[in-house]
Formats: sequence, C-alpha cells, structure tokens
Amino acid sequence: MSRKIRVLVAKPGLDGHDRGAKVVANALKDAGMEIIYTGLHQTAEMIAESAVQEDVDVVGLSILSGAHMTMFPRVMDLLREKGAEHIMVFGGGIIPEEDVEKLEKIGVSRIFGPGTDTGKIVEFINGRFQDED
Amino acid sequence: MSGKKGFEEGKRKYLDSFGKGGLLDVDFTTVSGAPVENLYASDDIEGLDYMDELGFPGQYPYTRGVYPSMYRGRLWTMRQFAGFGTAHDTNRRYHYLLDHGQTGLSVAFDMPTIMGYDSDHKRSEGEVGRCGVAIDSLRDMETLFDRIDLAGITTSMTINAPASILLAFYLSAGEKKGTSFEKMGGTIQNDILKEYIAQKSWIFPPEPSLRIITDILGFCSDHVPKWNTISISGYHIREAGSTAAQELAFTLADGFAYVEAGIAAGLDVDKFAPRLSFFFNAHLDFFEEIAKYRAARRIWAKRMKEKYGAKDEKSMLLRFHTQTAGCTLTAQQPENNIVRTAFQAMSAVLGGTQSLHTNSMDETLALPSEKAVRIALRTQQMIAEETGVINTADPLAGSYFVEAKTREMEAKAEEYFSRIDELGGVVKAIEQGFFQMEIGRAAYAYQKAVEAKKKIIIGVNALMVEGEEIDIPLLRIDPEVENQQVKAIRDIRAERDNDKAARELERLGTAAAGGDNLMPVMLDCARVYCTEGEIIEELKKVFGEYEEPIFL
Repeated sequence: MSRKIRVLVAKPGLDGHDRGAKVVANALKDAGMEIIYTGLHQTAEMIAESAVQEDVDVVGLSILSGAHMTMFPRVMDLLREKGAEHIMVFGGGIIPEEDVEKLEKIGVSRIFGPGTDTGKIVEFINGRFQDED
Repeated sequence: MSGKKGFEEGKRKYLDSFGKGGLLDVDFTTVSGAPVENLYASDDIEGLDYMDELGFPGQYPYTRGVYPSMYRGRLWTMRQFAGFGTAHDTNRRYHYLLDHGQTGLSVAFDMPTIMGYDSDHKRSEGEVGRCGVAIDSLRDMETLFDRIDLAGITTSMTINAPASILLAFYLSAGEKKGTSFEKMGGTIQNDILKEYIAQKSWIFPPEPSLRIITDILGFCSDHVPKWNTISISGYHIREAGSTAAQELAFTLADGFAYVEAGIAAGLDVDKFAPRLSFFFNAHLDFFEEIAKYRAARRIWAKRMKEKYGAKDEKSMLLRFHTQTAGCTLTAQQPENNIVRTAFQAMSAVLGGTQSLHTNSMDETLALPSEKAVRIALRTQQMIAEETGVINTADPLAGSYFVEAKTREMEAKAEEYFSRIDELGGVVKAIEQGFFQMEIGRAAYAYQKAVEAKKKIIIGVNALMVEGEEIDIPLLRIDPEVENQQVKAIRDIRAERDNDKAARELERLGTAAAGGDNLMPVMLDCARVYCTEGEIIEELKKVFGEYEEPIFL
C-alpha cells in the first residue's frame, strides 16, 4: 500500500472514558498510521459522516457505557447506506463475551477487550491491509 | 558504635555491600513511575518537625487524621456505589446492601441522567439504565428511596453538571416524606472542573457552571447544613491515567479554585469550606497511596489557613471518600481482583479515609452482580473487624519511608500548583489542555511500560491462563428497562399540571439570566415534576453548551 492506513478513532455514546481511545490512537500513530480522533459524545451519524468524509480505511469505536448493542449496529448500517462497507470497523470497551459474538456476526471485524496489548491491534490492522496488497 | 559517627559508618558499609549478591531485574519504581530507594533512614526525614508537619490526630495540620479518636470513635462509612436499570431495580439493591451491613448509600446514575437528557431523548437510546439508574423526575427519586429514612442515612450522588437538579429532586423527595432539609445529610459530587479535566461529562461552559456551584454553596450553607456540597474528585483523574502526584495536585488545585470562586461570589470562607469534601482513588502502590492521603490533608490545612484566611478548624479539615481503582481490575482471571481491591482498601484505611467503596471483581465485564458486591463489602468489614488496623490512628507515621514519601508528594504537588498559576489558573489551564495532555501522556507511558513488561499485571502480561473460561455470573440489564422508563416519563407529562410546569421553567430561565440563586426555583421545578431534561434545556438557552477542544 502506497499511502498510510487512515484510521478514525471514535467515541460513540454519552460516556466520557477516553483513556483507552487515546492510548490506542497514540499507539496506532506510533505504528505509522494516520489518525483522526473524533472527540467525545459522538452520534452514529456523526461517526459515519466523518468516516466517509475523511476517506478512512478503518474505524475504531470505543464505548464503555453499555450502549454498544445500539451504537455499533447503527454505525455499521450507516456505513453500508453510504456505500462505505469497505471500511473495516473494530472496537473496544466493556463488552461481555456474548455481545462480542453478536457484534462480530454483523460485521465488526474484532472487539479488543480490557488488557489488550496495543501491539496486537497494530498487528491485526496491518495484517488486514497486507492481505489486500 | 552509636551516634552520628556510627550512623555514617553503618550507612557507608550498607552502601558498599548493597547489591553485591546481584539484584533482580525489576523496575523498582512506583506504579506512577516515581523512583524508590532500597532503604529509607533517619537522614531521609532530616529536620522533621513533629508539630509543624504532623501534629496529633484532629490537630493542625491534620497529617495524622482529621479526628482525635479516628476509627475508635467511628469507622469509615461503608458506601458502595450502586445504580442500574430503573429506580425500582436500584431501590431493591439498596435494601439488599443495607440488609448486609452497609452504612451509607451512593447513587450511580446512567449516562443520560449524567448528561442531562431525559430517557425519551434521541441521544439516550441504548443508554437508559445501562451504567447506572435512570432518574428523570422527582417521581423516580421517590421510588429510589422508597422505604428508606432520609434522616437516618447519608446519601452520596455521583452527579456533576446537573447536580443542582438531582439535589433538588432528593430534597423534594425527603420533603414529601416529611423530612426537613436540615435533617438530610449527604454529598453531591458537583465537581465540574474535573469533568473538563478527566471524566468528560460536562454540559455548560465553565463560567455558568461555576455560578451554579456557588449558588449551591450559598443555598446549602443556609438551608441544608449537613450537605457536602462538592466532592472534589481525584478519582477520575487517576482513572484517566494520571500519576499519584498528578491526582493529588490537580484535585487540590480544583479545590482551591472552588474556594476562590466562593470567596469571589461574596461568601464567607468559613461558611462554605467546612462542607467541601474530597474523593480519592486507592491505586495499587500501597505506600505511595498512603503518602498521598497524608500529604493531601497537610497541604489543604495549610493553604486554607495561610492563603484563604480560614479561621474555623472545620474549613481546614480534608475529609475524604475513597474508591479502589477500577482501572487496575483485570478482565482476565477476574477473581484476582478481590485481592487487588483488598490491598487498595487497606491503603485507604491506613491513610485515614472517612468513607470507602470497594470495587467488585466483575466490573471490567459488567455492572457488579449481587454476589460480587457482597464480597467487596465483606472485604471492608474484614479490614474493620478482623485485621486490627483500626486500633491505632495513622499507624505508619514516623516510618522513614512514609514520611519521606509524604514530603515528596507535597513537593511535587507544589510544583504543579506553580505551573497551574503560571498558566493563569485552573480554568485557563483546562482551556489550554494542560491537564488533559499531562494525563494522556502518563496513561500512554504506563501502557508502554506494561507492554514492555516493565510493569507487571498478573493475568495480563504475566501468568496468563490460556483459553481461560470466565465462570462468574454477570448482571444483565433487561432491554425492557428503556421502554419502561420512556413510558414512565410520558405518563408524568400526561399526569402533571403542565401549565404550572411551564411557569416554573420560565421562572428558572429568568433566574438564570439574572443573578438570583437558582436553587429555590430549581426546587419549585422539581415539586411540579418538571423533568431533568426540561430543566437542562431551559438552562442551555441561557448558558449555552461546552465544546471540548480536541487534545490527543
């Protein structure tokens, strides 16, 4: 790939826990990716809109308020509606195992739980894009 | 050989032989990355003046505790933070906790309540009752405290931007039970500065937010004398990734900013300062935490007396609540969290806390189940009843290590105070992203240390269990909760006197635009069942909304 991988790191929902989102954003940046951070309290519409406008390859969603089963599917639907289903979506936060399975079924590529090594996230994203080269 | 010469001889020998047999390849720093020596001795606390730096418990500068009898007089309040689903669900949890020996209540609100949205607002979808209890109006507050005597218990409410409204709901709920305002005791967090800094649940910009806070300070000192009007919080600063010294410094700096705002609003410092309380994090590094609590008491007392001219001793007392560190809990081998929490709780007690919440083992996975929360409460009860640590006030005083660390904490905090002053004070520092970037950097540095295995987290980067199956029961929030809550708020709007509600909201708007204390009108709004969202919308028209500049 000639250009850097562009990643939108987004905080959907109402909670303000941005430690994880910022740590992941910094780690991806250090790994050579281009990062756009949305800031807090984003609606699904705002996130999908930014993803398309910024022409990103990847969207990372971080949510710790328990609203993941509402927010993730909505972002996925909106991306599809905008013809942007090629954008890879991953996520993290306080998300129980059974919900992880459901989210992966609707096309979320991976949920990274608490305690994940940021190196694993970098590896996962790079792996996806090497395949396509 | 004894005396000074003997000391020097002994120290020289010690330094010569130190490390001779080899040392472990371990990063000997605190969890905050602060260096620690192998040994502390009398020369590390040179010139320690007992009365100036420590004093007796209950005496200035209160380093050794805020009360003379400490835990022999009264144990800390065992106060588990709880809230989920509807007011009815949470009321049941409160009765469960009280039946198991809990001595105070602490309300966790859901995100819509924290952000000022009613349950039927578009932004509330998927969030209602999820990470706390949904409270939309006085009706929900009445349900929340059903069969609980509000004169017989104190209640802490973790609410900030809309604190005035939830306080009005609470006071009105008591009023309807026949409990007078003077008899009701409790705490609202009401610490908006740390929201901009760390917790990020704001509504209005800083200036009107501080005006609401000084209105609360004024109203409560006249009418609700037992209410703790601000719980100045380091907890969230630490959870966001700060070091111990940053937590200490930023929290106290916020405290000073509130004191200055109160004085600027024309209030007598001794009238409101006695009702300010604090809220700290109990993190993993045992002695660093104890030093932090002790330094906090000393710094606060000295500043209140010397800088702000407090005369009443109560204005100088730093009373605090502690919660064990949620960010140290691991999703891996969750039962291990019981042990982590016990160590953290012990540090809070040895540090002289007035009140304590112990986290449950399952909180990285979901809100705590009944069983998990009972173990967490039992942890506190074991510390109180079985370990013997309550027998003696401030038992670690005089330890070369603890006294040296306490001094170091104080010095680091003073350095930060100077930097904040140079930036033009707390609000200006927030606008420049100073705190946010300091915390972000510390969080990332810690993450890198963990990934390089310089800092070990059992179960995460060491001693992992392959293919671990989590087999603890988790609390699930019924998705029906949202529908029930939406229906309930529609019922309220149908049943109440809507003309009255509209009139009170209009009065509130006028008071907000003018300079009158907002609390009396807020109470009138509560009494006629205006909803939280309606009240916030009215205030937004006058105060506007805060938007955070993005700092990465």
